[in-house]
Amino acid sequence: MIEVRNLTKKYGSKTAVNNISFKVEKGEILGFLGPNGAGKSTTMNMLTGYISSTSGEVLIDGTDILEEPKKAKSKIGYLPEIPPLYVDMTVDAYLNFMYDLKKCKLPRKAHLKDICTRCMLQDVRHRIIKNLSKGYRQRVGLAQALINNPPVLILDEPTVGLDPSQIIEIRTLIKKLGKRHTVILSSHILPEIQAVCDRIIIINRGEVAADGTADEIARDITNEHKMVLRIEGLTHTADDKREIADALRAVSGVKYVRADMEREKGIYDYDVETDGKTDVRRDINKLCAEKGWNILMLQLSDLTLEDIFLKITMDDGLNKQNDGKDDSSKPKIAIKRTQNGKLKAVQEDAEEKADENAEEGSADSSENNGGEE
Amino acid sequence: MSAIYRREMGAFFTSGIAYVFLTVFWLVSGIFFFTGTIMSNTTNVANMFSSMFFVVLCLIPVLTMKLLSEEKKNKTDQGLLTAPISLWDIVLGKYFAALTLYIIAESIVFVYAFILNYLGEIAWTPLLGNYFAMLFLGAAFIAVGLFVSSLTENQMASAVVSLVLLFVLYLSEMLVSGFANGNWFKKGIYKIVTSVAFYSRYIEFTRGVFSLTSVLFFISVAFLFNFFTVKVLEKRRWS
Repeated sequence: MIEVRNLTKKYGSKTAVNNISFKVEKGEILGFLGPNGAGKSTTMNMLTGYISSTSGEVLIDGTDILEEPKKAKSKIGYLPEIPPLYVDMTVDAYLNFMYDLKKCKLPRKAHLKDICTRCMLQDVRHRIIKNLSKGYRQRVGLAQALINNPPVLILDEPTVGLDPSQIIEIRTLIKKLGKRHTVILSSHILPEIQAVCDRIIIINRGEVAADGTADEIARDITNEHKMVLRIEGLTHTADDKREIADALRAVSGVKYVRADMEREKGIYDYDVETDGKTDVRRDINKLCAEKGWNILMLQLSDLTLEDIFLKITMDDGLNKQNDGKDDSSKPKIAIKRTQNGKLKAVQEDAEEKADENAEEGSADSSENNGGEE
Repeated sequence: MSAIYRREMGAFFTSGIAYVFLTVFWLVSGIFFFTGTIMSNTTNVANMFSSMFFVVLCLIPVLTMKLLSEEKKNKTDQGLLTAPISLWDIVLGKYFAALTLYIIAESIVFVYAFILNYLGEIAWTPLLGNYFAMLFLGAAFIAVGLFVSSLTENQMASAVVSLVLLFVLYLSEMLVSGFANGNWFKKGIYKIVTSVAFYSRYIEFTRGVFSLTSVLFFISVAFLFNFFTVKVLEKRRWS
């Protein structure tokens, strides 16, 4: 439905979007994820023909947006970052204007009524847009994009400025829309993307950093599985630590073992990495039973979308700064992650493993998690 | 185009610009009509029309100042530029909306004409000639104002720059009037400047000469500046 080939946008010497290619199939909901300034909006503006590309092409349903702009644009409904609303018009007048502008042939009254119902705008149809709250304006923007039932919907941060219940409503709406339309939506809110999108493209510094479902991306980024074990030895001394670590290393399928801090008196945590193919949990359990050790805790720490996002966007930056000094960059990542407890705090935990980061000592972040949404 | 035209007409009235424009236009033209025609006990409207040049010059920027600048400022241009319409649709829709309001405003001369008709004998042909001259003059000025409006995001800047630009166009003739009898270089400049002059062309009409060249000139200016405006929008997309 949408095909983007080697799309590049340069502003003078600054490259905003660099050689992006992807395809979106019919009926797919694609999420665009990236930190601020990554080139999400620029890409969307190019997809919709608002700005041109420096090179590369955009095909909407096989129509090139720059060669046959009218035909291609008639297939797109676009909600820009700032909804293009004429604030001195009433909602009804504005939607009628957009209806005319898009040369919509559908029965006017029924179509507009249907859209207003879908976007929950029935109550405000006769009010002037100037007097509406941000959430309602966003919905008017969305309604405008839906006029003429375009097969492709491009939504730039559709839930910005909405309150939590509205966010959920809009998400449900987008999911519903995904059945009839091909949707691209951008966001920097990870759970949102996870909740709504079939596929995710992570953009960083104007380039596609990852493309696929959340699981696929996680697999690409790391093909190891990590877990944290807390094992109680017999003697409660540092000798235990060495012995246990060595024994764990001997288990087949284990790639790497690192003895961590002393969490309880004489009891240590072990970070275990496996090759990702074998499930080593049962073997470890048996091993401990044989040796008389007690497993006090076993926690899988597969990457969440959030970890992936941070890994992609921050590793990249750190590596560039440190010129590949991996050892020195590791603690920095750890710090970033805890800082990110803040970022996490504003969002609901979509993944059950969100408490993973609590390990880094940010118990308060998980508290906030519950409080916000 | 018609959607944009209708929205723009509506916006003129909801934003109040239409009322300000019409009030000032009718007030000042009324004063000119009264002092230039009624008080001098004549049915000759030439005086009024020649003074009207300045009203048009000062008021057109008010009409055009926000047409495109506001779109850019409020990011509503994103809605227009991603709609399945051409840039010409956008520019001409706005242009004709402004032109319509201008025509409504200047049609007040027919009211004056009926007043004169009641008071005495009136020569309809020169009056109509002047009416159309003023229409074409406005058509050209609006295109210039719309062009300036496409260059900036600031309404005030747009208004001031268009006013200055129109004023310079008006004054340019006087600046070079001394060159008329100079050497070939000065003569050349004089010729170029007077050939693109607005004021003397317009004044010609008020003296009873309906010059088709001048009509063509005004229409060409209107077309040219609308073309420039389209190019500005296009360039913004490609930059």
